Amino acid sequence: MRKDYNLEKRKYIIGGFITILVIIYIIHLFKLQVVESSYKESADINAFLRKSIYPSRGIIYDRNDNVVVFNRPTYDVMIIPRDIQAFDTIDFCKTLNITPDYLDQRFREMKDKRLNPGYSSYSPQRLLSHLSAEDYGKLQEKLYRFPGFFIQKRILREYNYDCAANVLGNIREVSQADIDRDPYYSRGDLTGDLGVEKSYEVFLRGEKGEEVLIRDAHGQIQGKYKDGADDKKALSGKDLHLSLDIELQQYAESLMVNKIGAIVAIEPATGEVLALVTSPNYSPSLLVGKERGSNYKLLREDPLKPLLDRSIQGSYPPGSTFKPGQGLILLQEDIITLATPYPCYRGYVNAGLRVGCHAHGSPITLKPALQTSCNAFFCWGLKAMLDGKRSKYGSTAKAFEVWKNYLVEMGYGYKLGIDLPGENRGFIPNSGTYNNAYGEDHWSANSIISVAIGQGEINATPLQIANVGATIANRGWYITPHVVKAIQDTTIDERYRERHTPHIDRSHYESVAEGMRMAVTGGTCRIANLPDIEVCGKTGTAQNSRGRDHSVFMGFAPYHNPKIAVCVYVENAGFGATYGVPIGSLVIEKYLKGEIAENRKYLEERMLHSNTIIGSGVKKH
Amino acid sequence: MESRNTNITIWGHIDWLTVIIYLIMIAAGVYSVYAASYDFDDASIFDGAEYSGKQIRWIGLALVLALVLLLFDSRVYETYAYPIYIIILFIMLVTIFVAPDIKGSRSWLVFGPLRFQPAEFGKFATALALAKLFSGYNFVLSSRKSYFQVFAIIFIPILLILAQKETGSALAYMALFLVLYREGMSGLVLLAAGCAVLYFVFAVKFTDDIVLGIPLGEAMVFIVIMVIMVCMSATYCRRLDAARNLLMWFVGTALLCGLLSLFGISIGGYAYFIGSISVASIYCIVLAIIAKARRLIVAAATAVLSIGFLFSVNFFFNSVLQPHQQQRIHVTLGKVDDPLGTGYNVNQAKIAIGSGGLLGKGHLNGTQTKLKYVPEQHTDFIFCTIGEEQGFIGTTAVLILFLILILRVIHIAERQPSSFGRVYGYCVASYFIFHLAINIGMVIGLCPVIGIPLPFFSYGGSSLWSFTILLFILLRLDAARREHPSFF
Repeated sequence: MRKDYNLEKRKYIIGGFITILVIIYIIHLFKLQVVESSYKESADINAFLRKSIYPSRGIIYDRNDNVVVFNRPTYDVMIIPRDIQAFDTIDFCKTLNITPDYLDQRFREMKDKRLNPGYSSYSPQRLLSHLSAEDYGKLQEKLYRFPGFFIQKRILREYNYDCAANVLGNIREVSQADIDRDPYYSRGDLTGDLGVEKSYEVFLRGEKGEEVLIRDAHGQIQGKYKDGADDKKALSGKDLHLSLDIELQQYAESLMVNKIGAIVAIEPATGEVLALVTSPNYSPSLLVGKERGSNYKLLREDPLKPLLDRSIQGSYPPGSTFKPGQGLILLQEDIITLATPYPCYRGYVNAGLRVGCHAHGSPITLKPALQTSCNAFFCWGLKAMLDGKRSKYGSTAKAFEVWKNYLVEMGYGYKLGIDLPGENRGFIPNSGTYNNAYGEDHWSANSIISVAIGQGEINATPLQIANVGATIANRGWYITPHVVKAIQDTTIDERYRERHTPHIDRSHYESVAEGMRMAVTGGTCRIANLPDIEVCGKTGTAQNSRGRDHSVFMGFAPYHNPKIAVCVYVENAGFGATYGVPIGSLVIEKYLKGEIAENRKYLEERMLHSNTIIGSGVKKH
Repeated sequence: MESRNTNITIWGHIDWLTVIIYLIMIAAGVYSVYAASYDFDDASIFDGAEYSGKQIRWIGLALVLALVLLLFDSRVYETYAYPIYIIILFIMLVTIFVAPDIKGSRSWLVFGPLRFQPAEFGKFATALALAKLFSGYNFVLSSRKSYFQVFAIIFIPILLILAQKETGSALAYMALFLVLYREGMSGLVLLAAGCAVLYFVFAVKFTDDIVLGIPLGEAMVFIVIMVIMVCMSATYCRRLDAARNLLMWFVGTALLCGLLSLFGISIGGYAYFIGSISVASIYCIVLAIIAKARRLIVAAATAVLSIGFLFSVNFFFNSVLQPHQQQRIHVTLGKVDDPLGTGYNVNQAKIAIGSGGLLGKGHLNGTQTKLKYVPEQHTDFIFCTIGEEQGFIGTTAVLILFLILILRVIHIAERQPSSFGRVYGYCVASYFIFHLAINIGMVIGLCPVIGIPLPFFSYGGSSLWSFTILLFILLRLDAARREHPSFF
């Protein structure tokens, strides 16, 4: 037996070869199984089909439990691209009444990674949105002929009242920015846009559920993963109860037809907004479903800006509605007493400056000044406060800061914090504004005298003006205005329940309220003098750079124990008494009495049918 | 008397380590087959309707078979090697004509519910015949006649299996060249085979990047040729400085080319590589003649043949192969990504294994294999199930188990007193090496997809029996080695 020891060494080469090979394989497996993580995802995408279950969105009620917004089911055609087999396109298009070209286009859009970054051939993709119930039925019958297709039920909003679009808002598909901001959303989800739909989105949307299905290599569903242990039930959205009185809202909106402006009505005791009107407005159902995109574009391009909620986003000179606040500050700061007279010879005349006024007796004290809306009185008052020789403030600037701080306490100059998106803060200048404009100590009351009567730099939203009305109605405090009164299963935010109390004595409010009552009984607001409701009010006729004066009204009623505070702001409509007061008084009457008295029908008719857009003096584009 | 004596003492001489590894593997195999074919229906592992239940029956029969094989006198195998070989060749021949067409192959013999693949049983028969040939009196693997006999024994079953259209199994017989290497065949043959594969992969895979005006792959091949020339000259004539001179020549010319290109004189890749290798080859031939270092001619010949091979690869790949064959090779080499077409199987296999992570998803929790994403998961792709459910720990354990088994078989082969036993043992080792390398390589995407099973794991009676027979004949021979009088 020959034994070749030279050849025997070759066992090491053979043994070494297989050892090295096994080591290479182990290294490769380590890379594959431990280092790389993408295979795990691929496996999950393969095996699990995650189907979203959309909860029903919360219903929206008004303060009297009328259903305002509810849900209508709609159907989306979904596909899993990977599972699609050749199908009868013509039959499919006929069933849904679409053209093959459109279907083709939708397929292209769906696969376009720029338009649809979430595209994956393994996951459900939305092919067509918003099928009608009828189309749904037709397609459902034939669905077995189209493997890879399924129908996902979703909701659309439906509106019982054709009003309050600015308060209600609408829903839209989420954008990439929404998805990046909130991981809750995924492509194709709906989210609230504008109004309470946006600000109360987290309550209204509820919580999406998810069904985890297992799917085999042939695309067939093999059942629920772990018998549904990983499934999530969809939680319905919470219902909202608005503070709006939807019928009042509807009525107020009708009064604002063909006018540009806003109405805000607040229940003073609670801060609840009873009506929040902006005009021109649009029908909320325009922004629903298939037509939303094109309608939204039209609204955005409309020169009258219907998407601008003028009640909270419009920033206007408050005009004479500013005067009751002025009176409060002057009284509180002991600049005047109820007996302090100021002269008015058809206006405020001082150091070559003249602020015009209308015919009334002179000299005049606070209450008659409010009654007649005397400009001169408040100009003298502000001058006394800012320029007083032996003033307690030290300088005009310091005095002005005190003045400004009272206004801020009343809710001017900053966002009030209403529970709607996009509120404007208005504008109250501080002494710095004037130091910059005139130089330090180079300005005095006369430089800025128009702020005394709510003109000049002063800007306020109709909401802020109404809020001052509510503060006077409450004789000294207000609750931040809000449009949602209650949320199902939870309470509204603490800040909509706490009182804000400016540092002004209650007695001063009584005086100012009396002045406002006098304006109604024998002053500028006589049209609001209802026989059985004691209305208090203040007109405003705000000069502006865009055309005719704005017609403004701020008021509340009844005089004692007020139930409603109102601000009406009609752009370029002339005197406060021509539009502001009539509309304001009609809103008050409607709310408190439920109907308009026979002898005031003529006023209602006139308001409903007048048009202030034509001849407003505003140049059209 | 003697035979009774054998029967009594055999149990003490059996290599129990191998038996234990065998038992662990078949148990793990059933466990994996059960997991691979389980589809959430809570069937029992022993359920006869399930693959696992059937496999258990095959295992039962295999164990009986193993016992029977151990009870035979060891000399039976050597004595009847040729008859067994001829009978099985005959069965394989008959198979070509009587076998039904199953998935394009005619390799299965069907008896009622049972199916056999004779090609699997050809493995041990061929191994026995080869061993018998080598154990012949004065047989030395050097003459032309001896090579003819060896090739005849190996290639007859290969041709029969190719005729059955079962390419994967046919390739397994090529593993027997490892045995020839161990028994004295020049390592150059294996080197040539290794180089051929390497050149092919380089030339086909790296065609997109251009270096010196030629594809990167070809440049790599040229560099490999240079390295081989230097190594060969270093091995074949140590006392001359041929290796050093060649190395300096290659590096020097490369630097010169680089220098020239700085001055704007660029020398093409082909001109440089072929020129310098040609000069080096002439140098080797001259040196071989002058210094009588004849083996240096091999180095020159290797270089020339390699270059010839390189160009024929390009021709073969682009002009001979069909587009779908080219595609399959491209996918295997990772050149093109085609997860839904040619690469679907491998891609899904990699997803299954890759998703297992370190510890795996747990027994019966693998989604890829359960939901049929992996094709042939209970047979050729069984390793995916292990990868997905047992993780890296499981796959590594299986690989190491196989490594131990193969090294043990080599060890057993080497300790055989007769060349019959040794050659047979190496045949067994070679089959295991080939199946392990190709099956796992295929599943993890390192080799092209060649449908061969993973021994003891893949579902199927033929493969299980074939490897059981291979292993237990070796164990029987090994147990008998002490009976041999010449060793005591």
